[in-house]
Amino acid sequence: MTTVEFEPWDDPQEKPLIHFQNVTKKFGEFTAIDNLTIDIYEREFYALLGPSGCGKTTLMRMLAGFETPTTGKILLAGQDIAPVPPNKRATNMMFQSYALFPHLSIWENIAFGLKREGMAKPDINNRVDEMLRLTRLEQFARRKPHQISGGQRQRVALARSLAKAPKLLLLDEPLGALDKKLRQETQFELMDIQEKTGTTFVIVTHDQEEAMTVASRVAVMDHGKIIQVATPDRIYETPNSVYVADFIGDVNIIEGTTSAAGEDSYSIDWADGLAPLKATSSVSFSDGQKCHLAIRPEKVAISTDKPEGAANTVQGRVLDIAYLGNISTYHVELPSGEVIKAQAANTRRISRRSYTWEDTVWLSWTATAGVLLAS
Amino acid sequence: MNKTSWFNVVSLTLGFAFLYIPMIILIIFSFNESKLVTVWAGFSTKWYGELLHNEAFLNAAWVTIKVAVFSSTIATVLGTMAAYVLVRGGRFMGRTLFSGMIYAPLVMPEVITGLSLLLLFIGIGLDRGVLTIVLAHSTFSMCYVSVVVSSRLVTFDRSLEEAALDLGCSAAQAFRLVTLPIIAPAVISGWLLAFTLSLDDLVIASFTTGPSATTLPIRIFSAVRLGVSPEINALSTIMIAIVTFGVITASLITKHQMVRQKREEQEAVRS
Ligand SMILES: Nc1ncnc2c1ncn2[C@@H]1O[C@H](COP(=O)(O)OP(=O)(O)OP(=O)(O)O)[C@@H](O)[C@H]1O
Ligand SMILES: [Mg+2]
Repeated sequence: MTTVEFEPWDDPQEKPLIHFQNVTKKFGEFTAIDNLTIDIYEREFYALLGPSGCGKTTLMRMLAGFETPTTGKILLAGQDIAPVPPNKRATNMMFQSYALFPHLSIWENIAFGLKREGMAKPDINNRVDEMLRLTRLEQFARRKPHQISGGQRQRVALARSLAKAPKLLLLDEPLGALDKKLRQETQFELMDIQEKTGTTFVIVTHDQEEAMTVASRVAVMDHGKIIQVATPDRIYETPNSVYVADFIGDVNIIEGTTSAAGEDSYSIDWADGLAPLKATSSVSFSDGQKCHLAIRPEKVAISTDKPEGAANTVQGRVLDIAYLGNISTYHVELPSGEVIKAQAANTRRISRRSYTWEDTVWLSWTATAGVLLAS
Repeated sequence: MNKTSWFNVVSLTLGFAFLYIPMIILIIFSFNESKLVTVWAGFSTKWYGELLHNEAFLNAAWVTIKVAVFSSTIATVLGTMAAYVLVRGGRFMGRTLFSGMIYAPLVMPEVITGLSLLLLFIGIGLDRGVLTIVLAHSTFSMCYVSVVVSSRLVTFDRSLEEAALDLGCSAAQAFRLVTLPIIAPAVISGWLLAFTLSLDDLVIASFTTGPSATTLPIRIFSAVRLGVSPEINALSTIMIAIVTFGVITASLITKHQMVRQKREEQEAVRS
C-alpha cells in the first residue's frame, strides 16, 4: 500500500482526469442520470455503489462513448470527449454482460484489442500470456467462451479489458461471479496493477466489502444522482444521509428530535418514558428538529449489568442472535418496541456465551459513537 | 400426443400425394427407355446421356448458373446491408416505411415485378441479356436474403459490437471481424435461398431476357410447348435435385449452425 497520502481531491491545485459537469442522460422520458457533477482524479480507484438500475452502467457507457449525455459535458483531461468515438478513446471497458466474442478462442479474445493496435506478434504473445497467468486461465487459452464456466468467462472479460493497459479502465462488476478467495486475490492483483501502471479505475460493484478494500473513493448513487462521494472510511464513519448509512453496512437508525446540550452536542428525545440520548455533531441542529441517529452495531456494547459512566444506556430483551463465526449480532428489543442491533466478538466458545434468547441486557454507546443525520 | 386419428393420417397422405406425385412421376419417367413419355418401356439413363450432347440445353444451363451465382451474390451483399441498416440503424426518418417496403417484393406478383423491370430496362436503354436477368433476379431475391439476415440480427447481442469498438475497431472492422463471422450462417443460407430462387425463375426471366440469353426454365418451357420429351424429364429431374439440395442445405445450416451459434453466444454473455 502507498505510504504517501493519496488525496488529490483535497488538493485545489490538482486537475481531475475526468470531470462530469451537470450531466443528464435521458432515455425517452426516463432520466437515468440526473444532473450529475463529479470529479475523478488520475490514479484513482473510484468505486460506484448503488442499487440495481440507479445508473452505474449508464455512467460508464458515457465514459466509454456508447451513450452521449442528453445535457452537460464530460471532460477528459480538460477536453470535451463528446466528439471522440469509442474506438479512439484511451479507455477500455469490461462489460457487465462480458460480451466475449463467441467465435474466437479465449486467447484470441484477449489478443483482439492488441491486434487492432498493430502490436508486433511476439509482443502480443507475451502480453496475452501475461494476462492469462494473471487471471489463471492458462489451461483454457484454446477453448471457446461457451466451453468454460461463468467465473472463468468473467476473468476472460477482465483480462481482455486489462490487456491494452489503457489510461482509464471501466470495470462493470468485474468480480461478482468469483468465489471469495479468488475475488480477494483478484482485488489485490487489480490494486497491484493500478499501483504499477498508474491506471485510473472506475469500478462498479455490489459488494461493499470490495468497494471498501480497493477503492480510493466510493460514490454512492441512487436514482441517477450521486448521494455521497468520500473515502471508504468516511463513507462508513460519517455518512451524509440515512440512505448512505443504511446502504453501506449494518446500522441502527433511531428517530427523534434534537435539543441543544452544549457546544456541538445534542440531546435527543426519542421514546416516551426513556431518557434522552446524547450525541455530538459538527452539523448544527435547531431545537425540536427531526433527526436520525445512525449507530453501527459494532459500536454498541452489550452487557448484563448496567455499565457505569456510559453516555447512553438502554435496557432490553434479546430477541435474536445471528452467529457469524468471529462475531455475533444481538437483536435487542427495547420496551418501546424498537429493535437495536449490537455486535460482540465471540471471544469465548459458543456454549459459554453470556447472553441468550430472552435475557435482559443493557446496551450502551458513547456520545461520539453515532452520526446525527437530518434526513 | 394421443393416438393418431384416421382423419390426420388421411389428410397427411392426401396432402403429400398432391404435392409430390407429379414430381415422382416426372422423375420416374426421366428413366424411361421409350421416347413416348407416357409409355413405360424399361429403365434407362440414356436421356441423361442425350442431354450432354444437346447444345441448346447446355448453353441454357450455363446461362442459368451464371445468372444464379451473380444475382444471388449481389442479392446477398445488398440484402445483408439492408438488414443491417434496418436492424441496427437506430431510428431514422421513414424507418418503418423502409422495413415495410423491403418485404413488399415478397408478395408482389411476379408478372408485375417482371413487367416493371422490363419497362425500366427499356426506359434506360439497357440491352436485354444476361446482365438484365442478373439485375432483375438480384432485385427480387434481395428481400429474401434481408428477411433471413435481419431475423438473425435482431437476436444478436449488441454489446459484442460495442466491445469490438471499445477494443479499437472502426465500425467497418467491427462488422467484418465480429458481426459477419457470427451471422455468417444466416448470410450463407440467404445466398442459397437466392440461388435456388434464381435457378427456377421463369416469369421474371422471360420478361427481362433477350435473344442472347435463354435460361433453362425458359428453354424447357418453350420446348414443352412442342411436346414433352424424356430429355426434358431428365433435365427437370436434375433441377429438382439441385434445388432440393440447395433448400435442404440452407435449412440445415439455418437450423444447426444458427441454433448452435446462438447458444454459444448466449452462453458467452452472463446468463
Ligand atoms: N437503452 C436504454 N433505454 C432505456 N432505458 C435504459 C437504457 N439503458 C438503461 N436504461 C435504464 O436506465 C436505468 C439505469 O440503468 P443502468 O444499466 O445504468 O443501471 P445499473 O445501475 O447499471 O444497474 P445494475 O446494478 O442492475 O447493473 C435503468 O432503470 C434502466 O432501465
Ligand atoms: Mg449495470
